[in-house]
Amino acid sequence: MKGGIAAGRQETAAPLAIELRGISKAFGTVQANKDISIQVAKGTIHGIIGENGAGKSTLMSILYGFYKADSGDILINGTPTTIPDSQAAIRAGIGMVFQHFKLVQNFSVLENVILGAEDGALLRPSLAKARKVLADLAREYELEVHPDAVIEELSVGHQQRVEILKALYRHADILILDEPTGVLTPAEADHLFRILRNLKEQGKTVVLITHKLREIMEITDTVSVMRRGEMTATVRTAETSPEQLAELMVGRKVLLHVPKGTAKPGRRVLEIKDLRVRDVDGVERLKGIDLSIRAGEILGIAGVAGNGQTELLQVLGGITQGTGTVILNDKSLDLTGKSSDGQSRRRDGISHVPEDRQHLGMIMDFTAWENVAFGYHNDPAYQKNRWLMDNGAILEDTKGKMERFDVRPPIPTLQAKSFSGGNQQKIILAREIERNPDLLLVGQPTRGVDIGAIEFIHKRIVALRDSGKAVLLVSVELDEIMSLSDRIAVMFDGHLMGIGPAESATQVGLGCLMAGLGGADTRAMSGWDISAAADEQRLSTGTRG
Amino acid sequence: MARIPRWADLVLVPLISLLLAGIISALVILAIGQSPKEALTTMVTGAVGSSYAWGYTLYYATSFMFTGLAVTVAFHGSLFNIGGEGQAQLGGLGVALVCLAVPWPHWTLALPMAMIAGALFGAAWAAIPAYLQARRGSHIVITTIMFNYIGAALIVYLLVNVLRPPGQMDPATARFPSGAALPTLHDLPLLGLIFDKKIPANVTLFVALIACWLVWLLLWRTRLGYEIRAFGRSEPAARYAGISPFRVTMLAMLISGALAGLMSINNVMGESGRLLQNSSEGAGFIGIAVALMGRNHPIGVFLAAILFGILYQGGAEIGLWTSIPIELRTVVQGLVILFTGALDHMVRMMLGVFFRPRRIEVA
Repeated sequence: MKGGIAAGRQETAAPLAIELRGISKAFGTVQANKDISIQVAKGTIHGIIGENGAGKSTLMSILYGFYKADSGDILINGTPTTIPDSQAAIRAGIGMVFQHFKLVQNFSVLENVILGAEDGALLRPSLAKARKVLADLAREYELEVHPDAVIEELSVGHQQRVEILKALYRHADILILDEPTGVLTPAEADHLFRILRNLKEQGKTVVLITHKLREIMEITDTVSVMRRGEMTATVRTAETSPEQLAELMVGRKVLLHVPKGTAKPGRRVLEIKDLRVRDVDGVERLKGIDLSIRAGEILGIAGVAGNGQTELLQVLGGITQGTGTVILNDKSLDLTGKSSDGQSRRRDGISHVPEDRQHLGMIMDFTAWENVAFGYHNDPAYQKNRWLMDNGAILEDTKGKMERFDVRPPIPTLQAKSFSGGNQQKIILAREIERNPDLLLVGQPTRGVDIGAIEFIHKRIVALRDSGKAVLLVSVELDEIMSLSDRIAVMFDGHLMGIGPAESATQVGLGCLMAGLGGADTRAMSGWDISAAADEQRLSTGTRG
Repeated sequence: MARIPRWADLVLVPLISLLLAGIISALVILAIGQSPKEALTTMVTGAVGSSYAWGYTLYYATSFMFTGLAVTVAFHGSLFNIGGEGQAQLGGLGVALVCLAVPWPHWTLALPMAMIAGALFGAAWAAIPAYLQARRGSHIVITTIMFNYIGAALIVYLLVNVLRPPGQMDPATARFPSGAALPTLHDLPLLGLIFDKKIPANVTLFVALIACWLVWLLLWRTRLGYEIRAFGRSEPAARYAGISPFRVTMLAMLISGALAGLMSINNVMGESGRLLQNSSEGAGFIGIAVALMGRNHPIGVFLAAILFGILYQGGAEIGLWTSIPIELRTVVQGLVILFTGALDHMVRMMLGVFFRPRRIEVA
């Protein structure tokens, strides 16, 4: 099945770096890959796009020797190759950069690069050789990393470069990257793309696995779309559009931007004054935040991850303690005492969809119905009597929630970890939104969520706003902030850099604020209140203006 | 990782683990120049071969049920309570104090009071490590181990200096009044027809069975159990849900200590009729193995406690009737713990190969 679109043919002249013929792989009854054929020409960047669970990672794991295909052939540079393990893949010239890096945290860059590729029993000659090779690679591909830096002291972007260097040091001609930008800031992602283009110019082949349409459009030459274990189409990137790719991924038309009416802000629901939070090491993470949210309004907090957004959500959600004033519905919230916990917050009318779904929002080993009661296990509706919980009632409630939020599969007794990221998120959203809170805190609502579910989740958040509730949205996806929010605030280093209406916000202006800078681009956004700190920082650093 | 069907996980894995432990035990017995066949026969007849044998096996199993449950409750809160031994001995002190306090007219009056005292003393002994963990972050494994030694020393001191009746040589309390003696299974109507001799297994067995059921209710049917399990799986998530780590840690450990303390109505009140040194005889530690093997589920704990009862009683018989030293009992138990507790993952992986769907080689 080719999804109605003729698979883009490679020019016959271009030699193929990778050719897969009829690859199938099943895990138990789940067919992860169904008769997949793919051709990747040498010296190109080939994107593989698909929803979570579409089989992208399985396919690449087969190519890298982690799994053995049930049937099908692998041809590398035109020669049939068996890849029983990753060593064989490396010998065949394949390098892989995983989503979660495989680096020894307390080793230096050099030590990590030679690990497993040492030339002999003695390290010194290997290290000396690697140092030279690394210097060459750095020049050639803009892959600068200090060879003696210890991994745990490097930024995520630099750690990723070490992974790429590891592959290149092992003479990889084909580089596979699995969701490489998920952990990167926009600037780091730009740099990564420059590296990938350099690699391509030097004749390397790059396979990029992602679910972000914008990346595909920006950097790939050809793109293959996977859906439910099948390859639905392979097209030339220049000849397609994000909308078409989204439709191929999901199998139906997808709205990339949720249509929403104008906000009708009502009374002030939340008012925050001089809110400060210190972490366990005593470092101030939130350095005096002032903001307010009205009923029927979505306030989006933009910012690079780690600039205080997490702390803001957690102090409002009753997970951490802080100082300052938080007034919800004219009632001052306890920030340090007995009623600063999550149970009190829920009673006060705050629901919280946490950023870290798997570590905070759910218990992965619990069933779906147990997770529906999570945080609300004291709800009288869930009790049979003074002593016992009414598991049957929770189960019934879960069935209804699963139906209303289109959770698949709709099996309440399944463990949370058995659901895809999108469906886990729907379970949490159902739990939090159906409490009909006055204030909904939402962190990274669509992180690791497939595109079909993103649309659904966005619609639900907008629907809650339209019913007159206040929403505080935190996301590192600027697109998401810009399309969902009515007002946007930008956080940098624990401060608010600026706050203003979403209509007049520009990507460039927000980008400057996210870097802690003011300047002309930010002042061009009408109706925006730019922090003085932002402009000061700009003057002191003297970056472009 | 290969997954295996649930029935294989629950039935096949423990059975194969046991079999492996048995094979190695047989090799050990061969190595010391004895007959494994004789050992096995002695062990089986001595532990399950007669109602008399069962009377001992069930007595041990009763103790192991309590300590196994104690470990289970704490474990669901991801608290590894190694202190069952000390908590059981302190529980014994509580039981002894209650039994000696008044001339009890009938055991039905003495038993509830002794249970309360045993549970309270056991819980109190668990409360200190629990508080240190919850407030100070002192690791509960370390503190509970230390409290075993402190508990044992405290009991010896009290027996020698305070509780020993004048003129008595051995460090023990006076005998409990006859009204505080628990009926054995032989003394009970109907059961007396089966258990026709004087045996140590007593009514505490039924208390243990009720405790199994109550622990199941607690863990899977109450809010507290829900909070304990949620906290045990993920402390950050528990905080998010507004579950107080301090409260859960304290309550889980108090219940755990109370269960360990309750064990002493079986041995102190039911069997010896006075408090002796080292009254728990290692049951606190065996409880860890029982909980491990029973997969921290009350039904599993019940079955594992019976198995360890068999091993304990059968091992004693080996020491009694054969020339194999009684220490072999420890070896066999150790092997069972090793295979069922520590190495069952290995068995699961081996089974995984059999249950894995067939694969076709890539040409």
